[in-house]
Amino acid sequence: MLGESRRLRRGLEESVRTYRRRPNGWTILAYVLLTLGALLMVFPFAWMLVSSFKDAREVLSPAILPSQWTFANYVEVLTRTAFPRWFMNSMIVAVLNTASVLFFCALVGYVLARMRFPGKQVIFIAILSTLMVPTEMLVIPWFVMSAQFGWIDTYWGLLFPGLIPGFGVFLMRQFFQTLPRDLFDAGRIDGVSEFGLFLRIGLPLVGPGLAALGIFAFIGNWNAFLWPLIVAQSASMRTVPVGIALFSGEAGSAWHLIMATSALAIIPVLVVFIIFQRQIIEGVVLTGVKG
Amino acid sequence: MIREPRAKRSSRLSLTQREAIYAYVFLLVPLVFFATIRFYPALQSFRLSLFTWHVDPARRTFVGAQYYQDLLSNPVFHQALTNTLLYAAITVPVSIALGLGIAILLQAVTVGRGWYRAIYFAPYITPAVAIAWVWGWMYNVNFGIFNRIIIEWWDFVEGIGLPWLAIDPQRFLRDPEVALPAVAVVIIWQQLGFQVVIFLAGLQGIPRVFYEAARIDGANPWQLFRHVTIPLLNPVLVFAVVITTINALQLFDQIVNINFTDQGGPLGRTLSIALYMYQEAFSRARLGYAAAVTVVLFLIILVITLVQLRLTQRRVEY
Repeated sequence: MLGESRRLRRGLEESVRTYRRRPNGWTILAYVLLTLGALLMVFPFAWMLVSSFKDAREVLSPAILPSQWTFANYVEVLTRTAFPRWFMNSMIVAVLNTASVLFFCALVGYVLARMRFPGKQVIFIAILSTLMVPTEMLVIPWFVMSAQFGWIDTYWGLLFPGLIPGFGVFLMRQFFQTLPRDLFDAGRIDGVSEFGLFLRIGLPLVGPGLAALGIFAFIGNWNAFLWPLIVAQSASMRTVPVGIALFSGEAGSAWHLIMATSALAIIPVLVVFIIFQRQIIEGVVLTGVKG
Repeated sequence: MIREPRAKRSSRLSLTQREAIYAYVFLLVPLVFFATIRFYPALQSFRLSLFTWHVDPARRTFVGAQYYQDLLSNPVFHQALTNTLLYAAITVPVSIALGLGIAILLQAVTVGRGWYRAIYFAPYITPAVAIAWVWGWMYNVNFGIFNRIIIEWWDFVEGIGLPWLAIDPQRFLRDPEVALPAVAVVIIWQQLGFQVVIFLAGLQGIPRVFYEAARIDGANPWQLFRHVTIPLLNPVLVFAVVITTINALQLFDQIVNINFTDQGGPLGRTLSIALYMYQEAFSRARLGYAAAVTVVLFLIILVITLVQLRLTQRRVEY
């Protein structure tokens, strides 16, 4: 009896193993195709880096790799341009903006998901409807407004359009809705204030949502171009994308410098991506597929 | 004695009222934000599009639908609109087909799936401005890597006696016929990872049972794909189509930077609606006319969003 059941189990394991092993040829083909595709994806980054380590003459030569790897282009870009200043501007704007996005989107998301008050549905639909309005439609009035109130060339001017994105409100509302009602009732009975319910009970439980939203807000800000291009008119208020665009535009055919500048803009983002890779991709899935 | 129950009732009422008051206190700043930074500017764009532009609001004159009529008869606007639709027509199907293909391949592999996914996704989050400069360099006519490869290839096929396999060097961004597809390649390269990630998640959400059942019924791989994968992936597909289309309609960063000295060129062949709006508003100071351009863009996006809502509400049931 025992021997038979063991034989049966071994037979079952065998068939599971062959089932798993079956798509062997296909798997190899999949690896080959995926690797070729991955090389194509990486190639522009690699070519940018290689070009950025060549000198002015060699960058225009047919050589693939630099005969002498040089950091001189990076030094030149960092000293000749206001890159450190652009970097600081981008950092200030992105940090403040992300902080605002996290706090306000969570707060509004919480209120819309968990509190009862007249007009809730109207407010939710109104906020949702702002998602349909493209930024292009808003930049002209924002510019008129900024000129009127003296916000041109200020950090506030760079910041104000993105303080509370409707998308973030929608995302956080989804997260708060999944929390059990009893938690908040228990908190109320224990005499926790309304703000305390949000801050001390709700907020700690929506960590993954906050992580995804925070990373997207930061990267979105870091990469933003259209509005910063309009509102940052003096050289000292430029962000990284605006700075590198205008510098590269003036650099003519100094491709070794342009590639070094591009690398300085791209590498920090890639480093952040490598560190937070899992959270970022899960965030896309979370907001993309379920949102 | 009579007052007591009434007092009780009013205190219960005030509990609900209390919650409502707190809700509105919390919403105060956000509501002011949405009203002044989102709603008012959207309406303001409509209004600006009906007036000639002047810094002093008192000196703007009402022109009615004049700018909209100008738009309809303006060849440059037509070109920007055509180009923008072409960007969508190229990037949407290609990036979705490639994204779905790669996601299916990724499902077949187990070792290194996360790394492949990360590599395909990386371009999606890197700044489009820098990406555009990198591709502009690769497309460079005299010194770009693509033409170098083409020339190397030429030498190679001539060396082995098959000269008919040679390709001519291209002018890429300088060639009016090739420039737009060349830019579309950059856009596909950059957003492919987004499609891969959401399709992979969608594929993993399809229960294996459906495949097993279909296989037992004798379905071949193509039938599995056509009758199991596609219908069950429908919501993700619609979402991907809409997001990619809206992105294509709003193209700006790449177009400005990839051909910086001749933005939208050659001969306006890469000009997008967003860039056209920017040039009209901020280079030519025709803010009223530019506002009309953005209203048209808004209407196009609105229609697409409504179609999406209609399509996603029709769920596939099994």
